[in-house]
Amino acid sequence: MSESIHLTVNGVAYPVTVDQGRNLLSVIRTEIGLTGTKEGCDDCECGACMVLLDGQPVNSCSYLAVQAQGRAITTVEGLADGDALNVLQRNLLETGGVQCGFCTPGMLLSATALLDRTPNPSDEEVRIGLSGNLCRCTGYAKIVAAVQLTAAELRNG
Amino acid sequence: MSFTIATTLDDALAALAAGARPVAGGTDLVVGARHGKAPLPEHLVAIDRIAELKTVTETADGVSIGALVSHHQIETHPLLTTAYAGLADGSALVGSPATRHIGTLGGNIMNASPAMDTGAPLAVMLAEVELRSVRGTRRVPIEALWSAPGRTGAEPDELCVAVHIPAPDPRANTAYVRLEYRRAMEIAVVGAAAFVALADDGTIAALRVGLTAVAPTIFTGNLLGQVGRSVADAAAAAAALSMEHSTPISDVRASEAYRRHTVGVMARRAVEAAARRAAGETIAIPVNRAIGIGAAS
Repeated sequence: MSESIHLTVNGVAYPVTVDQGRNLLSVIRTEIGLTGTKEGCDDCECGACMVLLDGQPVNSCSYLAVQAQGRAITTVEGLADGDALNVLQRNLLETGGVQCGFCTPGMLLSATALLDRTPNPSDEEVRIGLSGNLCRCTGYAKIVAAVQLTAAELRNG
Repeated sequence: MSFTIATTLDDALAALAAGARPVAGGTDLVVGARHGKAPLPEHLVAIDRIAELKTVTETADGVSIGALVSHHQIETHPLLTTAYAGLADGSALVGSPATRHIGTLGGNIMNASPAMDTGAPLAVMLAEVELRSVRGTRRVPIEALWSAPGRTGAEPDELCVAVHIPAPDPRANTAYVRLEYRRAMEIAVVGAAAFVALADDGTIAALRVGLTAVAPTIFTGNLLGQVGRSVADAAAAAAALSMEHSTPISDVRASEAYRRHTVGVMARRAVEAAARRAAGETIAIPVNRAIGIGAAS
């Protein structure tokens, strides 16, 4: 059975009509039209579909869209200010932490959640923070470097 | 299909009495449905907004953990990471940061997987699960709750609302370790938890061991014969008994023989780590990382 609900994504309330068993990922991509969030494994393993729900990372492939009503959903489109990339996005590009780019939206959101709760992380804490996100290109070292660079820049204002 | 969101416990219990099934983080239910393991229930009630089930409360005789307390809350909680360290060891190994933020203790217990990471530590701590329905409330010793893989003795209208753990003696603590092939999004190949109480002379005063993923349900042994022996002797005995009493299966993750061998190793390490904590040493959460079990970083 479908239901008419509002989902608040990046501060905008979108009215959508969704089947109650439908996952959040497909609603974000095909109903709302924000395609930055990726479908990888579709099995809660790879992290390509990561979004933030009230600031906490969630695999949107395995979360019911109807359950996200009233929550603040953040996708990768919510990180930049218009065309201006935020400091984490810029650093990920500059350090070479982006190759094919498929894992990048999920990486950015996991890293955002990590830096929100741990402004001064150790390398180990960064690796744990990103441990739900698979990258098959970079070998992770440059992604960890980008997060650390961002943490340092944010701490120094 | 119907879907409702409960904001109070009474609303949730009424929905369950009317035939709905609960969903909190959905990390087992929704993933399982998408994987084809079991379809989503016809009637669902979301319970993740019930504030009263999200608290950790220290009581006169121990600690009460609400069913909706997340693994992340457990792995970072000042009391749970010290006096109840084995539980924090388990929660810290679950899934990924996303799984740990949204996955709940109640969900982990009621999903009743023999490979769950919080089950063995809770069982060796003699935790009790509080089940509530519109008909009333009852407490069940956690090990007696699990009846088969994916099955519990809870009635369909009963909701797990809390887990109660008795306070350990000052010279007692717990640890949980598991064999894993990778460091994230992993399921225990085998695992072991230990509760160790030490006598003044450093010998064993009490020892319980709980085993993960080597039988249809998590089970424990109370190793009364080890009282008065050294930690090293007790750890060796725990390893031998764990191998003897396990009935593991062979599957894609490990053979029966490999599980039977490695559960002994895990049991020995769990006893050693719990004894170090019982003696007052701080070992970082989770023990797996601190003592280098499993995949290297």
